[in-house]
Amino acid sequence: MGSSSSSRNKIPNAQELMRQTGFSSAHLLRLHDRFESLDRDNRGYLSPDDFEALGGLAMNPIGGRIIEAFFSSGQDTVDFSSFVRILAHFRPTDRNRNKEGTQQELPSSRTRKLKFAFQLYDLDRDGKISREELLQVLRAMLGLQVTEEQLQSIAERAIQEADLDKDDAISFDEFKKSLEKMDIDTKMSVSFLK
Amino acid sequence: MATLWQFTLFLCMLLMACGGLSLASEEAKTRNTQTETGTASSSNTTGEGGHGGPPITTLPIVTWKWDHISVQYLVALWVLVCWLCKLLIEANHNVTNYIPESALLICSGFILGGMIWGADKVQTFSLSPTVFFYFLLPQIILDSGYHMPNKLFFTNLGAILIHAVIGTCWNAASLGLSLWGCHMGGAMGDLDIGLLQYLLFGSLMAAVDPVAVLAVFDQVHVNEVLFIIVFGESLLNDGVTVVLFNVFDAFVSLGGGRINAAEIIKGIVSFFVVAFGGSLVGIAFGILISLLTRCTKNIQIIEPGFIFVMGYLSYLTAEMLSLSAILSTTFCGVLCQKYVRANMDESSVQTVKYAMKVFANGSETIIFVFLGISAIDKVIWVWNTGFILLTVFFVFVYRFIGVFFLQWILNRYRLVPVELIDMVIMSYGGLRGAVAYGLAVLLDEKKIKEKNLMICTTLIVVYFTVILQGITMKPLVMWLKVKRAAVTEVSLLEKITNKMFNHTLVAIEDISGQIGDNYFRSKWRHFEEKWMTPFLMKPSARKKQDDVFDVFHQLNLKDAMEYVTEGERRGSLEFVRNDSAILDFKKKLESEYTEVMPDIPPYMINDHGAMFTMGRDHIPSVSLEMHEQTMKAMRGAEAVDVHHLLDQHLYKSRKQYRHGFSRSDFKINRDEKEVQEIFQRTMRNRLESFKSAKMGVSPPKTIVKYSKKEQQEKTPNGKSVSKTKLCHSGDEDFEFSEGDSASGYDSSYPSFSMRATYRPGGGIENPAFVPDLYPTDLLQEIPPWLAESEPDSSMVAPSLRAQANLPNSPMEMRRLGLLRASTRSTDTKQMNNDQLPPPPTSPPPPPPPSGQM
Repeated sequence: MGSSSSSRNKIPNAQELMRQTGFSSAHLLRLHDRFESLDRDNRGYLSPDDFEALGGLAMNPIGGRIIEAFFSSGQDTVDFSSFVRILAHFRPTDRNRNKEGTQQELPSSRTRKLKFAFQLYDLDRDGKISREELLQVLRAMLGLQVTEEQLQSIAERAIQEADLDKDDAISFDEFKKSLEKMDIDTKMSVSFLK
Repeated sequence: MATLWQFTLFLCMLLMACGGLSLASEEAKTRNTQTETGTASSSNTTGEGGHGGPPITTLPIVTWKWDHISVQYLVALWVLVCWLCKLLIEANHNVTNYIPESALLICSGFILGGMIWGADKVQTFSLSPTVFFYFLLPQIILDSGYHMPNKLFFTNLGAILIHAVIGTCWNAASLGLSLWGCHMGGAMGDLDIGLLQYLLFGSLMAAVDPVAVLAVFDQVHVNEVLFIIVFGESLLNDGVTVVLFNVFDAFVSLGGGRINAAEIIKGIVSFFVVAFGGSLVGIAFGILISLLTRCTKNIQIIEPGFIFVMGYLSYLTAEMLSLSAILSTTFCGVLCQKYVRANMDESSVQTVKYAMKVFANGSETIIFVFLGISAIDKVIWVWNTGFILLTVFFVFVYRFIGVFFLQWILNRYRLVPVELIDMVIMSYGGLRGAVAYGLAVLLDEKKIKEKNLMICTTLIVVYFTVILQGITMKPLVMWLKVKRAAVTEVSLLEKITNKMFNHTLVAIEDISGQIGDNYFRSKWRHFEEKWMTPFLMKPSARKKQDDVFDVFHQLNLKDAMEYVTEGERRGSLEFVRNDSAILDFKKKLESEYTEVMPDIPPYMINDHGAMFTMGRDHIPSVSLEMHEQTMKAMRGAEAVDVHHLLDQHLYKSRKQYRHGFSRSDFKINRDEKEVQEIFQRTMRNRLESFKSAKMGVSPPKTIVKYSKKEQQEKTPNGKSVSKTKLCHSGDEDFEFSEGDSASGYDSSYPSFSMRATYRPGGGIENPAFVPDLYPTDLLQEIPPWLAESEPDSSMVAPSLRAQANLPNSPMEMRRLGLLRASTRSTDTKQMNNDQLPPPPTSPPPPPPPSGQM
């Protein structure tokens, strides 16, 4: 996919990125191709419109949220390195790497993956998933057959389940705890092509 | 009289005389089609023995007719004996903790076989391929297919197929060739087995047996990926083995000289045709089942039967077309499960589930016992140390090599690689079982001189794997610290997040431009939603499809159960001493009323739920609602428990009366809106209890007694019942005017009795234990009028008024949640209840005919 013109030299601070994200250079090259094909005007950055042009995302019920996740608050552009850093969350966790004692946690670690998922819920980025935020996710994902009333009670119930300190919202710790048993590694990983 | 005695005596004598003969003949009858001619004559003789006694001179009152029923009787008796073995084995948990049940069953088979041998001095009973393949195996396969964790299965389908196809071919080829090599090298002495025969033998030994694997892995609880790979492989590779077996069997018949490239290519082609053809037959039948269950609304009683009949037909059809029957039934089950579960009534779904388990577990037991019994036979024990030991060794070693090699390749493409210890368990879990034995018995003695040696070796391999590996499996899993299956408790947040992950991954694949699993999965989901679901699923059932919603539904059901259980635990007095009992009583009065004045109710009830509530006190309608919902609650997974519990305690005579009434009307009310109702019910219960706490009402007992008495009086009165039913459905129509023709609100006669029986369940909360769960300030915040108006609003038109009310409702819902939190303490009790022996209500299905016994 994308042009084959790009080479490793074109990628800014590739070494740094590889170290931070755990992607191999083949991965980076591929992603860079992809980045360029997304960036139709060759501006060197992507805007939300570029994402929205993807057909699949338009059909995705939470596509908007995922696009948002690429843009840190206040900005409406994303350059290649941030793009890769976000995608790095979806690398499979490698077990060996962590043992080697890399000083910083890779984005593909369990906590980082969870954090990413948490941020998809947490719209106002206050560190808590409120009932309203959960409700919005549910509304997006559950389709029309489920009535609003039922959505409300589902949201309520989900909050109750996870809410340990009874503040009527789910904090990240609570979120992490309630998903303790979940196999995040499998469920939040994409096999990136080489 | 004297004649009669003589006759009986004569028959007894005859029986003793030809007992052995007749047994042998029955056994042979089912055993082998090849010996049919001999069998026919011998069964004729016994038949004559039964009928051709001395000419009767007078009418015998009672006669001894053993021969009439001997086959059926023996079959039933054997089933009973096998199941009793299981009962005995399971009675002792100290043993089953260490030794898997399958191994113990085989051992008890040894003992039984020894007893028979001691009595008859010949082997009278053994597992014949016909019985095994046509009567014992299908239900096991159907059960595995129907209860297959679909997502897991399809996620790992690639790995499963590679293991099943390539792994099995590897096993067959390597075993056959190695044995042949050893034979050439002179390790086995003088045996009349050629290369093709060795390959034939290898192919029958190659397949990992689903029955054995399931029996052992069920008790070990390894992690799900490991389990699905081993189990899926064992299911799918049976198709492969049977094909390989047939191909090599044909080759053996052809003889080495006539096999050329064309024949080999034909063999390969037939392999694919048989495997894919079988799967296609299964898929066709799966679609047929789904379509059938779409329209069985009116014959719900026999609805579950369709699954079994069609499943069996898919097996037989594939067999008839000489395609892979196992693959056919597996895919039939896998495909239809989703639609069947959605289409059929909840209680039918439960019935299918239980009945399938009964069939599958039952025949599994029989298979293992007979694997043991079959061993006690002098004829088959032809010992050849080299051949037998080498086979066991090769089977074991090549399994390890094959699994490690294939998995090593597969791991390079896996997102999360299978770990080394998991591979060890995968290899170690390569248990051989009854399929291998069945195939070995099928061998033609004319073509393969050493058939008995092969049967003997097969049996030894089966015992080695099932008993030895089975016993050591658990310690090995412990010792290697294999990741075990986590006990999963359904959690809503988890489910939601899971769903979100799915979407996220699809999005990320879109963004990063990959075409991966998630891409295909989402495409498939689209396809399914667009084409298959509308076609195969009842319109009314589609709503339940949503995962999140489903979990929500289940959690609510569980709550309702806990609620009732808690109430039961609190004792009967507290049951009745609360509002709803009174409400109920009023409700009763009302239906009495409607009976007295038949003019009023139809318009009040039928036309307008609103009128109903407005015209009267709304309390009764509340209680009516509540009961309906209570009944819904009973339909959950643990329904039978609560049902049983309640039946034991409450109004037994009434219930029995009702239930004995008709053969087909045992159903309780249903509608597909149960989720919503359960939600409302839970909420309303809270409100009711709040109210009772607030007012401190403690109703006089006389009322309660009255209501009970009245109930009994009304029991035989069909009219009042039908009235209730009327108003019932009136509410229903109004409330859910979605116009789903399939909703089929067939409130039937006994429904009333259920409601009545269940009444105290509805009122289990009582001032004594519920209200103190909330902080008092919550109580203050909800005035009684709100508490009263809420139920009635949701009852009349939940989608409008209840929604309008919702801004107020977080408070209620919060309390609802609190309830859940508070009921946690009773979880353990609930769990205990869960483990009660299942339904006294579900009739034990007729045992599978198991032939020669």
